[in-house]
Amino acid sequence: MTEKTLIEGIREALDEEMARDASIFITGEDVGPRGGVFRATIGLFAKYGPSRIIDSPLAESSIVAIGIGAAMNGMRPVCEIQFADFIHPAYNQIVNEAARMYYRTGGACPVPMVIRTPYGGGIGGGLYHSQSIEATFAHVPGLKVAVPSNPYDAKGLLKSAIRDDNPVLFLEPKKGYRLIKGEIPEGDYTVPLGAAKVTREGADITVYAYGIMHFYCQQAADEVAKDGVGVELVDLRTLNPLDTNTVLESFKKTGKALIVYEDNRFLGYGAEIAALLADEAFHYMDAPIRRLTGPDVPAVPYSHALQDWFMPNPQKIAEAMRKLAAY
Amino acid sequence: MAVAAPALERTTTAAPSKDLLVEMFTVMTRARKLDERCWLLHRQGKIAFHISGMGHEAAQVAVAFAMRRGHDLLHPYYRDLSMVIALGMTPRDILLGVFGRQGDPSSGGRQMPEHYSYRPGNVFSVSSPVTTQVPQAAGMALAEKLRGGDRVAVTCLGEGSTSQGDFHEALCWAGVHKLPLVVVVENNEYAISVPMHMQMAVSRVSDRAAAYGVRGVTVDGLDVAATYAAAKEAVDLARSGGGTTLLEARVARLTPHSSDDDDSTYRKPEDKAALKTQDPVPPFRAKLIAEGVLTEAQAKEIEDRALAEVDEAQRFAESAPFPPAEWGAGPVFCE
Repeated sequence: MTEKTLIEGIREALDEEMARDASIFITGEDVGPRGGVFRATIGLFAKYGPSRIIDSPLAESSIVAIGIGAAMNGMRPVCEIQFADFIHPAYNQIVNEAARMYYRTGGACPVPMVIRTPYGGGIGGGLYHSQSIEATFAHVPGLKVAVPSNPYDAKGLLKSAIRDDNPVLFLEPKKGYRLIKGEIPEGDYTVPLGAAKVTREGADITVYAYGIMHFYCQQAADEVAKDGVGVELVDLRTLNPLDTNTVLESFKKTGKALIVYEDNRFLGYGAEIAALLADEAFHYMDAPIRRLTGPDVPAVPYSHALQDWFMPNPQKIAEAMRKLAAY
Repeated sequence: MAVAAPALERTTTAAPSKDLLVEMFTVMTRARKLDERCWLLHRQGKIAFHISGMGHEAAQVAVAFAMRRGHDLLHPYYRDLSMVIALGMTPRDILLGVFGRQGDPSSGGRQMPEHYSYRPGNVFSVSSPVTTQVPQAAGMALAEKLRGGDRVAVTCLGEGSTSQGDFHEALCWAGVHKLPLVVVVENNEYAISVPMHMQMAVSRVSDRAAAYGVRGVTVDGLDVAATYAAAKEAVDLARSGGGTTLLEARVARLTPHSSDDDDSTYRKPEDKAALKTQDPVPPFRAKLIAEGVLTEAQAKEIEDRALAEVDEAQRFAESAPFPPAEWGAGPVFCE
């Protein structure tokens, strides 16, 4: 097996799924001949043609709405929102429409669609090319939210998302598109939605992360291991529905939890993990539940110095790990 | 400063057969009797909410009967009572929804009344945030086009809803892809209380069609024949690859916006009085009798039957069970 990048995992999933199922089409801004601004769909226009790889008008609400309508009429659309920061005009269509359709029709009208979007900072994208939107959307019943942290999961999770009969928001850590490499086996396989994974075993603390933060946590865990700190690392992989069992089992083993995410701290995804642990595993708790997060400012500032200040990184994570282990 | 009344077009002469006219009158009558009953039930305190289609019946039956019913797709809005009846919903179906009872085909009592959904008739689910259905209908039409199907997507909205960005975005797609889509604007000149001239600075919604490269047509939506001819042309064109029509039907909203609205706070008494002359049902009835399509006795029989159906449907719905509490809990996801 050869090493591939995370975005190659995305592209392989799209390609193989489109070859498998003629009802799948892709739409979004610049997804056609250009192959997407990040090149996730490169080569697909040439292979599948303009009726299956459709450059959309520059109008995000319609990108999602077109997908909803097509999904209700027998297709399996994969919609690309160019940056997560631009998804907000489509909030109404995602939250009020796609996510509620199945419930509001008493199950008569499923909406099998995927909304792919690159999210997160660290690429010099400033306020509007760096946002993390997972807490906003993981809050919404009826919408699945998945975040891969490596090439293998990117391919397997995206295949599951495309085959799922519900709307799935698929958040791609853009900083990791080419930074994160790993092996991708040839041929078809899936990674199930709703299943977290213990990616590193350790006895001292449990660290929960997803996306690029999981990648950084692996580096930080290697670092603190030199000091004898044993980190158990849980890659959440799907934020809704959450694999509560895996989350709880690891915590019961270590009794100490650190949740790492680059989204704003306040009401972020870590708050739900913390509440879950307090509710269901209070008697196992050996230390305060800690969060290492982005700060509560509007978004990632552009200047390199300010971006570094904003972003959690392996050094900051290692420090938080040591502190928690020492508690 | 009202927007000047536009000259109305009659673009084609496609005319419904006598049988179809009788069916149209039957649907209109059934819708009107149901609508009146819902207002009554609300005033009796038996239901929490009603939103009415009175004054829109002629336009709605004309559009519905121009479709291939059960084959073409409808993404309606909350005033489309006549339209969903034309596509197969029964008085029982409607009143189960109004009373929030088990068996309501729209949502099983989850949605407010008049938020229709009826898969057997290809009626797709009504939302409360307006205009979301229009780009979704464009998506349905796109799906049809991508796989070479021959179904036309029809979607309806009020003129106020054309101010939403989703209207603009949908029509961009419709024009670019020549979608098999008919966008029906039921223009009753009020968005709750806000008059048309505070909504737009053009005298016809259909004038906007040129900006998107789609056909724009305005018809007298109180006139069944005129609206049917225009809708038939739009649907046939869409089916044959001719692209989208923005069809504006000028109608009257004979009632307040909803059971919670009081239109005397924004409509002058003389304007309200004038509404009586804009009711499309009596002139259609008179015309059918004058043209020998129906006798007075036959018209009366249709009306009596509609009333009896509504009575029966009310008894049925009022005695139907409420949904069990666990129905509130889901399923949320399709498994």
